[in-house]
Amino acid sequence: MSAPALPPGASEGGWPMARAMVGVGLVCGLLIVFVYEATRPRIERARAEALRQAVFEVLPGANSSRSFEREQDGHYVPARDGASSAERVHAGFDAENRLVGLALEAAGMGYQDVIRLLYGYAVESETIIGVHVLESRETPGLGDRVESDAGFQANFARLDVSLTADGRVILHPIEVVKPGEKRHPWQIDGLTGATITSKAIGSILRESTLARLPAIRVRLADFVEEVAP
Amino acid sequence: MNTEDFWKGLWRENPIFVQVLGMCPALAVSNTARNALAMGLATLFVLVASNAAVALLRNFVPKQVRIATYILVIATFVTIVDYTIQAISLELHRALGAFISLIVVNCLILGRAEAFASRNSIGRSVLDGAGMGLGFTLALLSLGAVREILGSGSLFGVALFHADFQPWVIMLLPSGGFFTLAAWLMLFGRWRAPDA
Repeated sequence: MSAPALPPGASEGGWPMARAMVGVGLVCGLLIVFVYEATRPRIERARAEALRQAVFEVLPGANSSRSFEREQDGHYVPARDGASSAERVHAGFDAENRLVGLALEAAGMGYQDVIRLLYGYAVESETIIGVHVLESRETPGLGDRVESDAGFQANFARLDVSLTADGRVILHPIEVVKPGEKRHPWQIDGLTGATITSKAIGSILRESTLARLPAIRVRLADFVEEVAP
Repeated sequence: MNTEDFWKGLWRENPIFVQVLGMCPALAVSNTARNALAMGLATLFVLVASNAAVALLRNFVPKQVRIATYILVIATFVTIVDYTIQAISLELHRALGAFISLIVVNCLILGRAEAFASRNSIGRSVLDGAGMGLGFTLALLSLGAVREILGSGSLFGVALFHADFQPWVIMLLPSGGFFTLAAWLMLFGRWRAPDA
């Protein structure tokens, strides 16, 4: 392929090259910042709405929800409006205002990029009852099937995360096993063709449940007392 | 102004059916008409904008760094499209997934920048980008429409058949993309050169 016609001198020396690259890079950078700033409010609003809907998805049986934030002393209080954070706990209540469960956000590295997900924790049965992927860039047709594959999703119908008797740690941390080898309620059947992504989902859930459930469990009253009539 | 710059992308040099470029998004996100249309329009925008920018810069950028500059320009417009689609609909953004970012490596876009925009005026480059982008969109839409009609029994989400219709699930799977593309290529080949 022949090179495009260029004015004489345009290809000589380093200065024109540096000027072109830096100039174009600068303009492109400014353009991206401008678009990012312009679209951010709308994107944040849409994300908040998507999160609200996801709470009901991972907590079947809930028909109202309230968000809580953690205070310095470990207590949970109703979240004030403003920037949402991944530390928030979303409590779901049924028609009689009973606490169905808590929806927690978790994130970790997948195959391509960070995967953000929301999982529903049933307070009474101490199980995970739903997982919803909020954000992922996994390979289309392979890794991203963790969101659509019915068999893989079935892992999260009743995934055991019960605590030890003293309530300090999880009795059996979640583990991912080879497809079809799930024997215990705390195991996740891996997904063929999405090995790394399914393991990532398992470890995101394991790390998050280990880190957060013991602390949340002792504060369950915070969520119930706050129920408005 | 030469209108052939515009029309050639739609028919004589259609990116999908004639040049067979940009197959990755063409096969992957043509499972529904809506996804195909969104992908096509996103590519159309990037193509027109990058063609215009490349034509504008064609006497300013030394040829040794031209490819790097084109990629920078294309990546910028793709990022803009990415944010814009997120602002319009998160659901659509999720459906298109990684393929929005992958518009950067759609060889159709770099191909038009190198083969056309880098040696022609802005006006002609914009026409070329618009024609190619529209040709790409129409081709993607013809793939997406066939796959959605057969695979889900609907078009743009509107059910077309009686409830008894048994959808051909294979049309939504990757293999369905290949079947549909092959059928369209065959049809197009016959149409363009009936004696071949």
